[in-house]
Amino acid sequence: MSAPLLEASGLDLAFGAVRALDGVAIDIHPGEVVAIVGESGSGKSSLLRVLAGQMRPDAGTVLYRDPAGHAHPVHGMGEAALRRLMRTDWGFVHQNARDGLRMGVSTGGNVGERLMAIGARNYGGIRDEATEWLKRVEIDPSRIDHLPRTFSGGMQQRLQIARTLVTRPRLVFMDEPTGGLDVSVQARLLDLIRALVADLGIAVLLVTHDIAAARLLAHRILVMRRGQVVEHGLTDRVLDDPQHPYTQLLVASVLAA
Amino acid sequence: MSHDSGFGSGGYNFAYLDENTKRMIRRALLKAVAIPGHQVPFGAREMPLPYGWGTGGIQVTAAILGPRDVLKVIDQGADDTTNAVSIRRFFSRVAGVRGTTRTAEATIIQTRHRIPETPLTEAQTIVYQVPMPEPLFRLEPRLAETRRMHALADYGLMHVKLYEDIARHGHVSTAYNYPVMVGGRYLMSPSPIPAFDNPKMHRMPALQLFGAGREKKIYAVPPYTEVRSLDFEDHPFRPHRADGCCALCGSATSYLDEVVTDDRGGRMFVCSDTDYCEERQEAAAAAPASETEDAA
Amino acid sequence: MAYVAVKGGERAIGNAHAWLEETRRGDPGLPALSVAQIEAQMGLAVDRVMAEGACHDRGLAALAIKQAQGDLIEAAFLLRAFRTTLPRFGHAAPLETGAMRIRRRVSATYKDLPGGQVLGPTYDYTHRLLDFALAAEGAPPPPPAPQAEAPQEPAPHVTELLAREGLMAREAPAPGEPADLTRAPLAFPASRAARLQNLARGDEGFLLGLGYSTQRGYGNAHPFVGEIRQGSVAVRMTPPELGFEIEIGEIDVTECQMVNQFHGSKAEPPQFTRGYGLALGRGERKAMAMALVDRALMAGELGEERTAPAQDEEFVLMHSDNVEATGFVEHLKLPHYVDFQSELEVVRRMRATATAEREAMRAPREEEVAE
Repeated sequence: MSAPLLEASGLDLAFGAVRALDGVAIDIHPGEVVAIVGESGSGKSSLLRVLAGQMRPDAGTVLYRDPAGHAHPVHGMGEAALRRLMRTDWGFVHQNARDGLRMGVSTGGNVGERLMAIGARNYGGIRDEATEWLKRVEIDPSRIDHLPRTFSGGMQQRLQIARTLVTRPRLVFMDEPTGGLDVSVQARLLDLIRALVADLGIAVLLVTHDIAAARLLAHRILVMRRGQVVEHGLTDRVLDDPQHPYTQLLVASVLAA
Repeated sequence: MSHDSGFGSGGYNFAYLDENTKRMIRRALLKAVAIPGHQVPFGAREMPLPYGWGTGGIQVTAAILGPRDVLKVIDQGADDTTNAVSIRRFFSRVAGVRGTTRTAEATIIQTRHRIPETPLTEAQTIVYQVPMPEPLFRLEPRLAETRRMHALADYGLMHVKLYEDIARHGHVSTAYNYPVMVGGRYLMSPSPIPAFDNPKMHRMPALQLFGAGREKKIYAVPPYTEVRSLDFEDHPFRPHRADGCCALCGSATSYLDEVVTDDRGGRMFVCSDTDYCEERQEAAAAAPASETEDAA
Repeated sequence: MAYVAVKGGERAIGNAHAWLEETRRGDPGLPALSVAQIEAQMGLAVDRVMAEGACHDRGLAALAIKQAQGDLIEAAFLLRAFRTTLPRFGHAAPLETGAMRIRRRVSATYKDLPGGQVLGPTYDYTHRLLDFALAAEGAPPPPPAPQAEAPQEPAPHVTELLAREGLMAREAPAPGEPADLTRAPLAFPASRAARLQNLARGDEGFLLGLGYSTQRGYGNAHPFVGEIRQGSVAVRMTPPELGFEIEIGEIDVTECQMVNQFHGSKAEPPQFTRGYGLALGRGERKAMAMALVDRALMAGELGEERTAPAQDEEFVLMHSDNVEATGFVEHLKLPHYVDFQSELEVVRRMRATATAEREAMRAPREEEVAE
């Protein structure tokens, strides 16, 4: 098995008296989809932000292994390196598409930005690539010059995914990517994400409170509660045979719903 | 004039600024030359001319001016525009330096909005007056954020802007103050010169200094530095000028001003660089008649 | 029309200045205003120019007003351009405004308090009816105002009374030499000292509008005027060659301390916070507006959400200076022929492209019609 892409251990983080992270360890391998599930307040969003370098933990380390196999401490590499990583090897899909898109820039410009940021300087080439990606995320390519603010919520989210994946990052962080969308739209989006991720072999770290989304996308699941990982394992094992009472409750509530 | 009373060189230091201030500006200039295209903050002083009239350029000129310098001041390419006259007069009063309108004679050229047509040499320094030194300000007005973008060479947004222009208009819609990359590292505002002048900055033998008084920034392009206008491979940067010849000197290559001659659509074009135009006219007048006949 | 390149800029400037001078003087049949008259009878204008010109010299401010025909921003600019040529000796010790010789002092938070309420020479309760008697020439001066008999008792700051009860944090003394905006450019995030320095020089109208906006929901302000005081205060400094503090004179200032509610944060219990305003001379409106804006700008430090323009440090501080603002706005009247020409060319080119595209789209349809 290949070495992990991202490797974190001993993560602690406290907000006053609240322990957001309490000795959390996690790793993710190339091409693997890992879901972090739990209720709101369980610490899963804090974990995502710490892993993505957006927030510094009180203790613990996060290592990222670059394509050459060298490991870099995420919180020691400096803002410049982290930003470069965020527009090359990494991607981030926000729950709210508006946080991840430039609403005043055309659809083509949104998809093209990451290409240009890594040096693409051929207008026709950028446009062709953007057209190709709009097709892949099922957006009519004739809308390439339209502004995303004229799009539905589902289309905006698909555009955000195209914009993030266009440079074929190795690792994508997704924060509740289907949150706030209609159920039918959610299902279509999940299918799309699953197909793209499998096709491109991208590793995904997915934060969700939606057990069904985790089941559909993830190879492995971590269940978080009060800042701790209470259970982790292969998706089918965790969801079909939950060991921890809290996981049992989570799974039961989704069945009840 | 009494409006200018008390404004002779008497009582003021050479070139108006005190020597400590000049030293502070020179330190900023040295740093700017060492990091081409990088904006260096400096403690710009309040000048006796309004912000926006070239206080940054004036401070830079004052800091580098010596008694033997020959100063040319242009605004819109012309030596006779009121603000150019006013600034030239300021320096002749407070520094007593010789002024000139001849580009080739000048050791220092202070300019607003143009680069002279006559190529500059290693013996010359050009000082640009800069209103907004930040090339990203229309995309991101926050200085704290643009400073970070420069530090990280995070210029994707500028290319997105060019992409959007081409997608929407078929052309880059920026006609002046067209952004450039300096030495492959820093995105820089060339000041509001027409894009036509941008190629003159590339590997220019003269030292190029930029002063922004109100924004309190100085930057520089050392001689023979690479200065590239942003573009796409398949939409290369093209310097544009009005399609025509100068009505006075006949130049088909200089940058032209459009002059409206009546209210029925009548117009003519003349060189914006008045010195270049006059020299060509003088040369044509001095040329032997036979040559003129040959040309005809 | 034969085109002649414009010449004679120098003569045009000379003539324009001569005309300006004539206009400034106005009707020569009327006596000229003396600087002393302006200083004595246009006192609030003089004080405003002094504050925005950042130079405490009433005589020079009055001269600037005369030279600027009463254009107060132009006058502030004249004063600034003079000020910048003055040598810098050092910095004074913080003004002891608690020991001010008070001319006016009002608190909106306490009915009575040590030192009392002193109304002073204020327009506050005048009825704004034009006083046509003032239009008469040669009217005798007004009778002297009645004088208080008792000597003034000490008037401690209202905020100090609150601080003693623990209801308001005391300001920590700033370490080292304070920043000087006239020597080093503003950097962000700015220290509170740099912010206050910027606001003290800032345009009264700009600060007034921003302060007003915080009262209307743009920024979460709940201000009370803890106190406004106006009067003379000693300036003290330690010249390096002496090594001990001496008094170098007295200046007139207006100080406003606004008291604002604060709900507390994780680090701090609920308490009152202070918005601070100080203006040279009599600048009560300026000091009050400044205090509102100062408090709004503390949003970041206090962990409050920054949503309103007045809370936006860069926005406020980069646009408060009227000499800078007027320069950049007014520079638009300088020639921009070259830039405009380049825009003309681009717009013409884009129009040609758009027209060509429209023609191209129409052409096939016309063929269809022909068939």
